[in-house]
Amino acid sequence: MSTMTLTRTESARSVDPAPRFTDLLAAEWIKLRSLRSTYWVLALASLVAIGINLNAVHSDLTYIDHPPRPIPGLPPYRYDALYHSLSSIACYVMAIAAGSLGAITVFGEYTSGMIRTTFAAVPDRRGVIAAKVLLIGGITALAGAVVSTVSFFACNAMLASRHVGLSIAQGVSLQAVIAYAAIVPVCALIGMALGALLRHATASIVSLVMLLFILPLMFGGDRYRWLHEIGAHLPMETVNRLTYNPDSLTTISKWAPSVLDSWITMGVWAVVSVAVTAIVVRRRDV
Amino acid sequence: MIEIERLTKRYGATTAVDQLTFTVRPGTVTGFLGPNGAGKSTTLRMILGLNTPTEGSVTVDGVPFAGRPRGLRHVGALLDAGDVHGGRSAKAHLSALARSNRIPLGRVDEVLAEVGLGKAAGRRIGGYSLGMKQRLGIAGALLGDPPVLLFDEPLNGLDPEGVLWVRGLFRRLADEGRTVFVSSHMMAEMEHTADRLVVIGRGRLIADESLAEFSARNARSSVAVRAPELSLLVDALRAEGAEVDLMEPQFAIVTGMAAERIGELAHRHKVVLHELASRTSSLESAFMSLTADSIEYPAGEAR
Repeated sequence: MSTMTLTRTESARSVDPAPRFTDLLAAEWIKLRSLRSTYWVLALASLVAIGINLNAVHSDLTYIDHPPRPIPGLPPYRYDALYHSLSSIACYVMAIAAGSLGAITVFGEYTSGMIRTTFAAVPDRRGVIAAKVLLIGGITALAGAVVSTVSFFACNAMLASRHVGLSIAQGVSLQAVIAYAAIVPVCALIGMALGALLRHATASIVSLVMLLFILPLMFGGDRYRWLHEIGAHLPMETVNRLTYNPDSLTTISKWAPSVLDSWITMGVWAVVSVAVTAIVVRRRDV
Repeated sequence: MIEIERLTKRYGATTAVDQLTFTVRPGTVTGFLGPNGAGKSTTLRMILGLNTPTEGSVTVDGVPFAGRPRGLRHVGALLDAGDVHGGRSAKAHLSALARSNRIPLGRVDEVLAEVGLGKAAGRRIGGYSLGMKQRLGIAGALLGDPPVLLFDEPLNGLDPEGVLWVRGLFRRLADEGRTVFVSSHMMAEMEHTADRLVVIGRGRLIADESLAEFSARNARSSVAVRAPELSLLVDALRAEGAEVDLMEPQFAIVTGMAAERIGELAHRHKVVLHELASRTSSLESAFMSLTADSIEYPAGEAR
């Protein structure tokens, strides 16, 4: 009997295949796909965001056809096609959806206790985190790209009939479209970091809303430069700066960061978020 | 084989696990006993690398488990039946686990059938009873066909048929040469399940021996004697070396002497007996008296 026993134990061990990162990615994909609520949030938000942009520009057509009477002393009215086709409301919808999805995928593991099952099956925590980051980052990047390009091209196609539409090669269009897409995965990564830090559903979502939407309101104004600088480096301010159309009548603060500064800020938020997630998840007992 | 050496886990001022040293060997079912809060779950989590020990070390088949890239083919574990996401189906849950360890997905249906969840495989885990979740956890532990298996309180919530099935399963796994380590806070559960016992209280090792040794050492037999003129008998019993515990003027518990001999002595001293009954104290009470000093959360304390 002992001979048989040995043989079976040996064989179980000898078939242990070399670990592959793609296995972890596939496993995370199964997990994400099997929780309908999570990806529905993203799919629904994308449709809503596109809908908001298309509807806004469509209703603007009437105003373009009947422009307001010029006010003496002010330059004549000029329609800002970039600002209206890539609206900040739709951007906020995508930001909160992606941020929540990121947070849910991390705190969901902790609040359910699934994290212990996950790490007992895959002790390589770094691999699990990398797979989650890549999958959530990838899916939200895809959603962001779809929303951004569909919004830009469909809206400007409508506006072309009024000769105010922009092409992608015109002005800062390309930069704006990329930034409008890129902020979506960045918000997802920030959500993951908050989910990993707080491991609590309500706390994660509330702090996400604070960071993305409430904090910028507290650092507005042009009175103190240092306050303004903090505000300008918050996540959602980067996309506001990068979608700003210098050819429009809108003005921005004299202390507004440069385009490069805003790109770097967005990148730093992404990198820091991933680092925070990796460090706290690897270090802590579960 | 699981080797634990001077394993210690402290949370601030509290010591959950204190200098534990023991070995869990293959081919046997080893019961891991202790009252609530004794440190069983913390120890199991340290075996799996989920918690980092403050001091000491633990290895599974000679290697710290946390250092392995994938775990299911080395250790199968059911820590808490609730450690699953309620929104998924059993099939999706196990498929994700299997995929992460490159275990063929056909194995998922196999283990689901083995634990009797074949028909419920497509349903949300959130709607499962505790017994069904225990079965799902066991299915997860079996997924990688591992040589070492850990189960934390696996019998909770199982119906009598389920308990029998689990006992049979543990026996079979051990007979196949695997290491089976099962925690419980009920001696009665382990009495019919385990070959060896590791008993802890307040994070410290109390006993580490075979079930037979444990019962020989701890289960003392006694004889209950009730007689109207008991006092006439007591001296005679004591003279022959028996230990007499007078519970009432007419009732005593006698240890160290068989019921037959007590009957003979009563006859010789013409004492009328109303009751003469042999009793074997259960392992449960032996376990309780062993761990009585180390109960973390005793009930009925005045506040």
